Amino acid sequence: MPLAFLGVFFAWPVLAIVRLGVRDGGVGGVLAAAGTWELVGFTLGQAAASTVLALLAGLPVAFLLARCEVVGTGFVRAAVMVPFVLPTVVVGLAFRALWPDGGVLPIVLANAFFNVAVVARTVGGLWAHTDRRAEDAARALGASRPRAFRSVVLPALLPAIGSAASVVFLFCATSFGVVLVLGGARYRTLETEIYLRTVELFDLSGAAALSLLQFAAVLAVLLLGGLARRRRETALSLRGNAEVVRRPTGGEWGVVGVAFAVVLTLLVPVVGLLVRSLSTVDGWSLAGYRALAGTGERGTLAVSGVDAALNSVRAATDATLLALSIGVFSAVVLVGLRRGRTPRGVGEVLDTALMLPLGVSAVTVGFGYLVTMDALPGDLRTSPALVPLAQALVVTPLVVRIVLPVLRAVDERLRQAAATLGASPWRVWREVDLPLAGRSLLAAAGFGYVVALGEFGATSFLARPDSPTLPIVIARLMSRPGQLNSQMAYAACALLMVATVAAVLLIERLRVPSGGEF
Amino acid sequence: MSLLLDGVDVRYGDVAAVSGVDLTVADGEVVALLGPSGCGKSTMLRAVAGLERPSAGSVRWDDEDLAGVPVHRRGFGLVFQDGQLFPHRDVAGNVAFGMRMHGVEAEARHKRVAELLELVGLGGYQKRKVTELSGGEQQRVALARALAPRPRLLLLDEPLSALDRALREQLAVDLARLLREAGATALVVTHDHDEAFTLADRVAVMRAGRIRQVGPPTDVWRSPVDVDTAKFLGCNRILPADAALDLLGVTVPGRVGLRSTALRVDAAGPLEGVVLERVHRRDHVRLLVAVRDEELEAVAPIAEPPALGDRVRLSVDPDGLAVLPG
Repeated sequence: MPLAFLGVFFAWPVLAIVRLGVRDGGVGGVLAAAGTWELVGFTLGQAAASTVLALLAGLPVAFLLARCEVVGTGFVRAAVMVPFVLPTVVVGLAFRALWPDGGVLPIVLANAFFNVAVVARTVGGLWAHTDRRAEDAARALGASRPRAFRSVVLPALLPAIGSAASVVFLFCATSFGVVLVLGGARYRTLETEIYLRTVELFDLSGAAALSLLQFAAVLAVLLLGGLARRRRETALSLRGNAEVVRRPTGGEWGVVGVAFAVVLTLLVPVVGLLVRSLSTVDGWSLAGYRALAGTGERGTLAVSGVDAALNSVRAATDATLLALSIGVFSAVVLVGLRRGRTPRGVGEVLDTALMLPLGVSAVTVGFGYLVTMDALPGDLRTSPALVPLAQALVVTPLVVRIVLPVLRAVDERLRQAAATLGASPWRVWREVDLPLAGRSLLAAAGFGYVVALGEFGATSFLARPDSPTLPIVIARLMSRPGQLNSQMAYAACALLMVATVAAVLLIERLRVPSGGEF
Repeated sequence: MSLLLDGVDVRYGDVAAVSGVDLTVADGEVVALLGPSGCGKSTMLRAVAGLERPSAGSVRWDDEDLAGVPVHRRGFGLVFQDGQLFPHRDVAGNVAFGMRMHGVEAEARHKRVAELLELVGLGGYQKRKVTELSGGEQQRVALARALAPRPRLLLLDEPLSALDRALREQLAVDLARLLREAGATALVVTHDHDEAFTLADRVAVMRAGRIRQVGPPTDVWRSPVDVDTAKFLGCNRILPADAALDLLGVTVPGRVGLRSTALRVDAAGPLEGVVLERVHRRDHVRLLVAVRDEELEAVAPIAEPPALGDRVRLSVDPDGLAVLPG
């Protein structure tokens, strides 16, 4: 079932893109063009720089969350997550509020800003389960604190660091909203170029060729990440139950200080955005918020801001329900594959296949929908159902990554005990897996909802002009002149952000201690 | 009403975990599968439960081959080493689980839960969280949970191994009483011979995937079938018949196995030796004594134990000897 969904709504559109690129001979032409390789260079370069920056900023935060008993970790835990779930357009706008001219630096900063949470979560998750006594043993054997870190802690964390780095690199390389808002026409990545060629130049075969190029790169990075993840899961099974959280001492306070500085820096664009939404040339004003009831200056929008918000809520709800059912079903199948007698490889292929939509750019997916959905019955291409379908595709991998580790952590013998007491396999799932994974399911739902709410790349392709979502409205408002329009855009961002923060805080309450990867 | 294992093999890839096991468990009988860790006894138990598929041979209940019967239809209760209670249910919820699966009425469930908790010495614990119970209490709840749906056969996988020693000895006695009172047919896996002998009517000694000896506990204890079995059952020295006669003055048909309690310090004893080593144990002192050319283990009472280098007289305690075929 999950494979069928992936097949129709992911593989088919993507393959159609590939065919389009190959058939028109566009690939050769595009590959030969010098501009293409400049694009590739800039895409990879900014992704690499952003990844390094995210790692540097994320590691101290991971240390703080995993190992330190200081006041404010709860706040840090929530604050560090806020950027990750903010809609990319909002992040782009937040940085444009600080760097009105855009440029390379804000692009890299914004991408890193977005992904610090991934590093802090992934690495911190493993760090919190790494037995502190190995480090203590190294110290007792005469290693200095930095030496113990280098020779014992770092090697243990490497799988998680590798996994985080590959995920962050993917996110940055395929980052769309941020680059579109901050880079404009000057700084373009493959992702934004695909969009521009499709929407503005109608160069479909060129766009297809670029999609193909991007797909190949993504697949390579995913395979590397898959290797890192496999090593990480073996590492996790070695975890001890030793108490790992304690008050920092000596130089550790320095690291804690850096972590708090990182978190405060993360909050700067957020606060900047809020301030911007309230300030006009005439001083403080709620004009932007009031304007949300209308359609913007000189009727920029086809619908009012409030209607767009309602569209967002409806689409995100449908997308979340869909992603949840597919994601949970896939996670159950994956857990079953691992404990059954099926060869190991089958599970891993399915696992990687489910991760693919996370890496393949949303723009490619959206573009693929435009090319293929004509062939399906029911006039799907112009149907409003397309938006939640595409969003569900983006959200499903997140659901899998959150639910799967929890299901895998359920002791197999607990299921066996239930079976010997007379529970059929289905009953075992209902009586054992479901209650134990319950809270992570809620967390996945909330998280997926927020991501769907802010999804921009695929939605920008698929949303019909008369039923845009909030992020689409924001982008449109920003691209049109008018004081009120930008005021309104910032207000809409603030609204989206408040909804996101509320959802994140709710998820934090529900989160099981050793929850998923994100 | 009996279990029959007929030439059962269980393989993991190329590794044979269990080979050619034949065993019966009669109605109301408790059989212990005894062996060192890694001998395949737990795998054997899991094959009976239906959690492993035998690669050859058959598991039968009253002549019905169970090969096509899934775990949840076998009606066999299973108790794990560490309880494996459902953490999201209270004590009553755990004990009632099997009865719910079998569609027992709520009222009958409550009554049986109360009855079973009384039986395992946890009366009134219904609403307690299982995560707040001690290890011993958890094992008692696990036992009550397994007994609740009245299983045809009870499978116990190292039921007491996770507990500390004092509790283990106490619970072994309780468990033996419980199994008798419930009239349960049971197969117990353990690596501890004390536990096996306390619980079981018959003991099957397993090693390297095969059953080496089956019999009542006293027979197995007194007459191990081979040297490895004797060593596993505590015989640290094996002497041939002539040496036994020469050294100890015992006449046996085959070889003799000496446990550490075979020789006791006794002023009127016929043997004499010099103390080489001395270690204090819980309720006795263990010695290493040079008797003529041999170094043999012996025990002395805690009060006034001999010092190193002392000459002591020793007598032979027949309970510390085992007889092996020659």
